[in-house]
Amino acid sequence: MEQQDILLAVNEIFKEVLDNDQIVLSADTTADDIEEWDSLNHIQLVVAIEKHFKQRFTSTEIQQWKNVGEMCAAIQRRLQ
Amino acid sequence: MYHYSFNRLKKNLKKDFSGLKKIKLALLSDSASQLLAQALRGHGFESQVDFELFEADYNQVDQQVFDPASELYVFRPSFVFINLSSEHLLKDFYRADGKQQSDFGRNRAEKIMTYCQAVQSGLGAKVILNTFVEINDAVYGNYAAKTNKSFIYQVRVCNLMLMEYAQKNKDLYICDLALLQAASGYEHTFDPKMYVNGDMVYSIDFLPVIARHISDIILSVSGVFKKCLIMDLDNTLWGGIIGDDGMEGIELGDLGIGKAFTLLQSWARQLSLRGIILAVCSKNTEAIALEPFEKHPDMVLRREDIAVFAVNWETKVQNIRHIQQVLNIGFDSMVFLDDNPFEREMVKSAIAGITVPDLPEDPADYLPYLRTLNLFETALVTEEDQQRNRQYREEAERNDLQQRFENEGEFLQSLSMQAIVKPFDRFSAPRVAQLSQRSNQFNLRTIRYTEDEINRILSSPEYLTRSFSLSDRIGDHGLISIIILKKLDSARIFIDTWIMSCRVLKRGVEKFVLNEIADMAQGAGYTRLIGEYLPTRKNGIVQDHYKQLGFTLSEGLWELDLTGYNKLETFINYK
Repeated sequence: MEQQDILLAVNEIFKEVLDNDQIVLSADTTADDIEEWDSLNHIQLVVAIEKHFKQRFTSTEIQQWKNVGEMCAAIQRRLQ
Repeated sequence: MYHYSFNRLKKNLKKDFSGLKKIKLALLSDSASQLLAQALRGHGFESQVDFELFEADYNQVDQQVFDPASELYVFRPSFVFINLSSEHLLKDFYRADGKQQSDFGRNRAEKIMTYCQAVQSGLGAKVILNTFVEINDAVYGNYAAKTNKSFIYQVRVCNLMLMEYAQKNKDLYICDLALLQAASGYEHTFDPKMYVNGDMVYSIDFLPVIARHISDIILSVSGVFKKCLIMDLDNTLWGGIIGDDGMEGIELGDLGIGKAFTLLQSWARQLSLRGIILAVCSKNTEAIALEPFEKHPDMVLRREDIAVFAVNWETKVQNIRHIQQVLNIGFDSMVFLDDNPFEREMVKSAIAGITVPDLPEDPADYLPYLRTLNLFETALVTEEDQQRNRQYREEAERNDLQQRFENEGEFLQSLSMQAIVKPFDRFSAPRVAQLSQRSNQFNLRTIRYTEDEINRILSSPEYLTRSFSLSDRIGDHGLISIIILKKLDSARIFIDTWIMSCRVLKRGVEKFVLNEIADMAQGAGYTRLIGEYLPTRKNGIVQDHYKQLGFTLSEGLWELDLTGYNKLETFINYK
């Protein structure tokens, strides 16, 4: 799966979980850029992403994600 | 497992809750409960309840419960959900030494009971506890089941003690998380990452299940629950089509797909034994459809198990309306089972409030699916529940009888009605409380009383009480009406509660009851009766109750001067 496709899929998950259709993610997007992206919602985002891509991430991996780009890169690595 | 997604519940939080019934609920949890709180409030919207929620800070159960000045006591909830996790229980168990470990379950259950006592005596709130989910900590292997030193042994002791305690404590309810978890397994109800990083002990997918069950408990305590199961026949209660296949051709019994239908019938029969009214609604020729009920050796359900048998060629919608009229219960307390999606849609769209499960295609899946829906939650079971089917069947018989009389008086006379009238006592208190909890329609003020409260009222000099049981020549209705009068001053007495079972509408019972009220008030020296009607969504039928009985309205209250009160004519005699 190309990183761009992953980003699009992740974007859809963000819209659904955060209940905001206006969200447009880029690789540089961080939690500071999106009002609804707090620690509680982060847990649900991770669960939704894991479910969608049928992958499990380690706690350490998740903590290292500084932005959406790193999140997508981690997904891509798992999918290979 | 059937439930809404967590995300759907979360989106509900933004919806408009105005106009929904408000219930104050406190959530005390020993783990991080933010997501559970969202799920509970979000599920309230699905159940048409506005849960005003107080969520205590993380792991503050002791502080909130034992400090009478805590936020919990300031909030004054009607319900307190004390949500305790097995993960924390396990931590405490590991900290205990050997002797403490073998008494751990008992000691913990006793501690939890002190929470209940504190909350119930300090707040008068109803308490909901959960059973502890079963964790296999793999310390003893299967030997864990053979030693009281293992965690699972102590979890089970604790759960059983809580269940026993709940039987003796009327205002304590148990949400059986251990059982709910068993349906999908610990790996699906617990997310290790959420636990390790956030001390959250329920997976995102398990939260709606918990919310659903807490909401079911609260609604059933508040009088919202199912009373009647209406069933189609062909391919629902038996395999095949009776009109085509004949009695010998339908599938029932222990062989093949027949087994699925037999299982469903056995379940329905168990429901009827615990007080759910059964009715049949089917497009068939009545005589042909009755045959299996009377003669088929593998039928579990028999004609006498069915309160109303609506079998003809009318539409299901018309027949369900007919069943509703005979039983006189709300559509929202009915469940309709039918294998045919077209019929289901028709009923769903024509009858608001009725529950119509989307039965799976394969009859083998019928019962397992129905079991996941928790359709028949109840807050109380009494011995009288078990008589209900018989009572409703008799009622159908009376309806037939009534059609043969031209004037109402003659019909009522022909019933030879007799009433037993008594002040409340310890024996009638459970049934009185149940009527108070359950009656929605013929209920002037809809003030709900628990059994404990009824016991307080019956021994207080401030109140006069009467319970009315009615029988006639066809059968016994049991307790059908309750009256609570409250002293206002030396001249005036207030009708705090006037409830009547809708089974005995149009019998002149209300006139008989008013005669009794007048008698008892005059006997105690009062000269004026004060009544009040508090409208709810369901009690429109008693809107003009006091007016029709000759009361006059003044400043929102109904008054009746008892001087020179003329007894109203009734067809009921004292027994």
